[in-house]
Amino acid sequence: MRNLTFFRGAYRGRRVGIVNGDPTLERIARGNALALCAAGSWTARFAPMLERMVADAEKLSGTRPNIFIDVSQVSKLDTFGAWLIERLRRSLTHGGVEAQIAGLSDNYSSLVDEVRRVKAEPVVETERVTITGMLEQIGRAVAGIGGTLIGLIDMLGAVLSATAHVIIRPRGFRLTSTIHHLEQVCWRAVPIVVLITFLIGCIISQQGIFHFRKFGADIFVVDMLGVLVLREIGVLLVAIMVAGRSGSAYTAELGSMKMREEIDALRTMGFDPIEVLILPRMLALVLALPILAFLGAMAALYGGGLVAWLYGGVEPEAFLLRLRDAISIDHFVVGLIKAPVMAAVIGIVACVEGLAVQGSAESLGQHTTSSVVKGIFFVIVMDGVFAIFFASIGM
Amino acid sequence: MAGEITDAIIRVRDITVQFGKTRVLDGLNLDVKRGEILGFVGPSGAGKSVLTRTIIGLVPKIAGSIEVFGVDLDAASAAERRGVERRWGILFQQGALFSSLTVRQNIQFPVREYLKVSQRLLDEIMVAKLGMVGLRPEVADRYPSELSGGMIKRVALARALALDPELVFLDEPTSGLDPIGAGDFDELVRTLQRTLGLTVFMVTHDLDSLYTACDRIAVLGNGKIIAAGSIADMQASQHPWLRQYFHGKRARAVMG
Repeated sequence: MRNLTFFRGAYRGRRVGIVNGDPTLERIARGNALALCAAGSWTARFAPMLERMVADAEKLSGTRPNIFIDVSQVSKLDTFGAWLIERLRRSLTHGGVEAQIAGLSDNYSSLVDEVRRVKAEPVVETERVTITGMLEQIGRAVAGIGGTLIGLIDMLGAVLSATAHVIIRPRGFRLTSTIHHLEQVCWRAVPIVVLITFLIGCIISQQGIFHFRKFGADIFVVDMLGVLVLREIGVLLVAIMVAGRSGSAYTAELGSMKMREEIDALRTMGFDPIEVLILPRMLALVLALPILAFLGAMAALYGGGLVAWLYGGVEPEAFLLRLRDAISIDHFVVGLIKAPVMAAVIGIVACVEGLAVQGSAESLGQHTTSSVVKGIFFVIVMDGVFAIFFASIGM
Repeated sequence: MAGEITDAIIRVRDITVQFGKTRVLDGLNLDVKRGEILGFVGPSGAGKSVLTRTIIGLVPKIAGSIEVFGVDLDAASAAERRGVERRWGILFQQGALFSSLTVRQNIQFPVREYLKVSQRLLDEIMVAKLGMVGLRPEVADRYPSELSGGMIKRVALARALALDPELVFLDEPTSGLDPIGAGDFDELVRTLQRTLGLTVFMVTHDLDSLYTACDRIAVLGNGKIIAAGSIADMQASQHPWLRQYFHGKRARAVMG
């Protein structure tokens, strides 16, 4: 009975007939030879079934001296079917005797010829995880940190030299572009910056009153609010928001321009991309951040004062009086001096990341993420450096 | 149009597409026969790509009906639609390869999604498809950004052919290729059409492609098909744009 066994998938095909189109592969003994009769539609739709049938049939290799594949009953054939028949033929080729394909119709002969040219499986290179490999990765990551710092200094130098160039030759300055970016990063950022700093002011004030009240020191909330908002929170919060909002936008813009070779195009026309693209963006950011930081600080004080009045019962007159005593102009100046420096850091990080984008969408995403992460990191590091500096000069 | 075609694989009836106040396609009718290579020409901005994108469902239409493989795409259920989408392949003008996947992954992507087959078969089919579009298996592990323009088109075609579709849409397949590369591509399309029994809907500007690859030509103008037929019909046409197109300086160069 062996000569009438069907492969898996064949029964169904048999019962409903070939008309249904399910592919089959029967073994039929013809004297000394074994014929593998393929029938039905050998197409992509049935590829999983075909693959199982062919894998089963491949085991016959070498069991008979003469095995051939009869494809005369195949009703439909595409690349998948043709390749699987070809794969079967190759694995049945045994001991120098090449297996033959019989009954191939003219329609499909060119397709079979096409897949016959396919070389056996391509070499798949897989990277093994080894200890040396892991150590190498750590080493590369450390070297990468150095590379990042050098990249930032490089960009800072390029921006300064472009600035000098523009000062010498003011006609090269791009006012329209700067104004456009100023609108994007400053004017359009005002609502969200004011809203968030207002809410933060409210929260600080509420928390301060809640805890200070236990000591009967409600009024000191004004001191805390004033110093915190003007010196630290105002500018830091705004810088973080700008890094997330505008730093990411800069990276994405420059990155997609890099991907579409727009930056190369600029360079070949004799323009310096730093001067045309980066300088206006940097300038807009450096101008925008102090303005936003100021507005943010005012909104936070306003929110804090409002909560102090409504929640803590501190009258506005008393609040303002106390504020005048508690803070000096120094606090305000300290806050605003930091703003342009932080803007420059955010801008440089964003531009370096933007220009580092490679050809893929994934790379654009990675660099935009790292632009924001690094931007925020450096902003906080700068804030710490400033804190030490101002403490030592006694401001 | 010359009569009703019974064996139509695509049947477009009274399609109207409008962007804002501009009517791009205005009551357009078109049939594509099974197994033919239809060249689709027309002036720049006439809406050739819009028609292609309307047929494949990327641009909404305000009137008309589209039947592909006998399925009315407006009335089709999601499952029927997926069934149709699996049977066509699309080559976009810029290739539209997934930039963060390698050539191998790009070609295997549709197969992997639709069929449960082994990695071995995926790799073998990928090599077969690369061979069909005339590329060597060595390019399989490159990223699209590392390929030349011609190679991107070929890989994109290999991806369009990954599931052995019955119908392929080619949007300006030879634009941006050198004449030899473009000639090879035309030859390739013809060979594939013969071997796989494809129906090809080809938007093109390339006169050479029209002469060497296409069985039939349809011309778009003023939002309608202004002529459809063989290359000889086109040359005989008295329509002013067609006369200019097929008897202009470049056309004479191609024919001469």
